[in-house]
Amino acid sequence: MSMREISYLQALNEALHEEMARDMDVFIMGEDIGLGKGTLGVTEGLRHEFGPERVRNTPISEQALVGAALGAALTGCRPIVELMFIDLLGVCMDQVANQVAKVTYMSGGKARPALVIRTQEGVGLGLAAQHSQSLEAWLVHIPGLIVVAPSTPFDAKGLLKTAVRDDNPVFFIEHKLLYSLKGPVPEEEYLVPLGVADIKRKGRDVTIVATSHQVQYALAAATTLALEGTEAEVIDPRTLNPLDVETIAESVRRTHRLVVVNEGCRTGGYASEVAATLGEHVFEYLDAPIMRVAAKDAPIPANLQLEREVVPKEEDILTTVRQMVGSSGW
Amino acid sequence: MSNKESTMADLTKEELLGMYRQMHRIRAFEMAVYDGVQRGVIAGGPHLYVGEEAVAVGVCTTLRPMDYITSTHRGHGHLIAKGGQLKPMMAEILGKATGYCKGKGGSMHIADLNLGILGANGIVGGGLPTAVGAALSSKLKQGGWVVASFFGDGAANTGSFHESLNLAAAWKLPVIFVCENNTFAMFTPMEWTTAIKDLSARAAAYGMVGTTVDGNDVLAVYRAAVEARERALAGEGPTLLECKTYRFLGHYVGDPEDYRKPGEVEMHKKNDPLPRFEKVLIEAGMINKELMQQMMAETRQEAKEALEFALSSPDPDPSELTMDVRRPFKPLGDLERVSYIVEEGVG
Ligand SMILES: Cc1ncc(C[n+]2csc(CCOP(=O)(O)OP(=O)(O)O)c2C)c(N)n1
Repeated sequence: MSMREISYLQALNEALHEEMARDMDVFIMGEDIGLGKGTLGVTEGLRHEFGPERVRNTPISEQALVGAALGAALTGCRPIVELMFIDLLGVCMDQVANQVAKVTYMSGGKARPALVIRTQEGVGLGLAAQHSQSLEAWLVHIPGLIVVAPSTPFDAKGLLKTAVRDDNPVFFIEHKLLYSLKGPVPEEEYLVPLGVADIKRKGRDVTIVATSHQVQYALAAATTLALEGTEAEVIDPRTLNPLDVETIAESVRRTHRLVVVNEGCRTGGYASEVAATLGEHVFEYLDAPIMRVAAKDAPIPANLQLEREVVPKEEDILTTVRQMVGSSGW
Repeated sequence: MSNKESTMADLTKEELLGMYRQMHRIRAFEMAVYDGVQRGVIAGGPHLYVGEEAVAVGVCTTLRPMDYITSTHRGHGHLIAKGGQLKPMMAEILGKATGYCKGKGGSMHIADLNLGILGANGIVGGGLPTAVGAALSSKLKQGGWVVASFFGDGAANTGSFHESLNLAAAWKLPVIFVCENNTFAMFTPMEWTTAIKDLSARAAAYGMVGTTVDGNDVLAVYRAAVEARERALAGEGPTLLECKTYRFLGHYVGDPEDYRKPGEVEMHKKNDPLPRFEKVLIEAGMINKELMQQMMAETRQEAKEALEFALSSPDPDPSELTMDVRRPFKPLGDLERVSYIVEEGVG
């Protein structure tokens, strides 16, 4: 594969261009995506290339958009909805949880809700309590939804293309702080499979499972830990539900330690889910209790200093791993 | 020539008798469901359509097989009018493997995409956005289909109603929003919750045509639906069609019905859509008492057989409980790349 470095945002944009060019049934709708770059920049150039019918600038009606995507999918289209912030889930949760996610099951497998809801989450821009959350835990609790959260440009492009082609409803969670991240992306076309985790760094002493932007902190922590003689293996599930349990379990059977890092709140959070699932699979291999590194149970504060404090960062991962490796087991 | 006569003129005798039979079929089916609940073989407190048959039949008579509908918790009538077969419907209501949805959907979630039935819905107002999307699809794919979305007066007060009507109007989509105003949302009379009398008045606020018709006059409903459909197909956008009607039975089977005024049901029964249509057909010389009796007996027999079919059908196998939660992921073939880089580190 010939490679070049592009940003996560460009990778997503390429995926959209390619899939819309490839399949006339693919269309995208969202708020403020018509003129210029669009709110997030991910849809830049699409309207110019594919026209206003297939790149639809919508009213502020998240329920209707998600529901309309379902109706369009059931009648042969492959819609993509851009939900400007994951925090807007509250206003369209009925359509997400009761309609989109359940229609396959309720119809006895006949309905084909082939749609993607793209959104972005996370802290980093001082947008405070209603525009900075990480709400994947709300979504993975709903059977029927596929939940994806890429952490690199390579994964972002490959997973988005796969999501558009799949016949399941995919909730595709991007992260504010990842849009500018650059990384290698092949020139050639490729697809990243859903439901498959990726080992981002090999290691033998501890397994760190991290999601979305936290993968960056986990990798930085692993570099620091290596200088101290601790080799951390960093795994990104990429698809949060269904979780690739085996890739993580196989790692923990080698490292005997597991830390799970997620930017969502600690209580009832995604880190808890991964920790509990792995606990059921690899308990007898563990040299220490599974630890979570997650956000404090508080809304995201506006103050930038406090915003940095509320979610995990490299130091939190380091502290947890050092304690774990330093202790003599249980 | 009166309106009624002119409408009948564009419907053949066969079509008119077909509508009449369909109304009887719905009523017979609902009474069989009622019977099933009384006998303890149907769970879940189904919501019956008795008294409202003219709305579904009037609207669906204007639809072709390629057209779509979205339905509600009170959906059996819509589904039958759109071509739903009684046996798999009844089996679904009993949760049987032979049901339309293998027994996993139930009364409130019957769907058959092949018949254009996008699904009934347990969430009040939940189906309107789906209808908008199916209509958007018609436009994008130049499919030429229209979508009729049924919902109640209660649903007209949801946010979903507002978002859906606005979006459909803004994009001029081929939707017929059919509001079945049966005067109650569950146990609450409409005047307690709504300051206007005719819900069709709301159409003006969205920039679409709104009409209120007598929902117990199947020909009036038909006439209004034909116009709505023509507007939709001409690219003139959606219509809000309010059909005033009344449900004769409880909100669900087992409802104590203590919220009705004394004599209210009896008063409305004088306006029963079935005898009203009979009268029109008799006056037009299209039907006589014998033929009426025969149709009634035949549809009752069909409904009875549907219940028997459902009762003798197997339950879904417990091993299928988690089947159909999602589809298997599509294979990606040669394009699949699991990973691109692995950072340095000691494995
Ligand atoms: C969003 C929502 N709120 C409440 C309910 C409970 N509920 C079921 S049917 C119903 C009344 C619906 O009234 P209407 O839309 O007029 O339909 P009708 O039952 O009269 O046919 C209510 C409150 C629900 N299913 N969904």
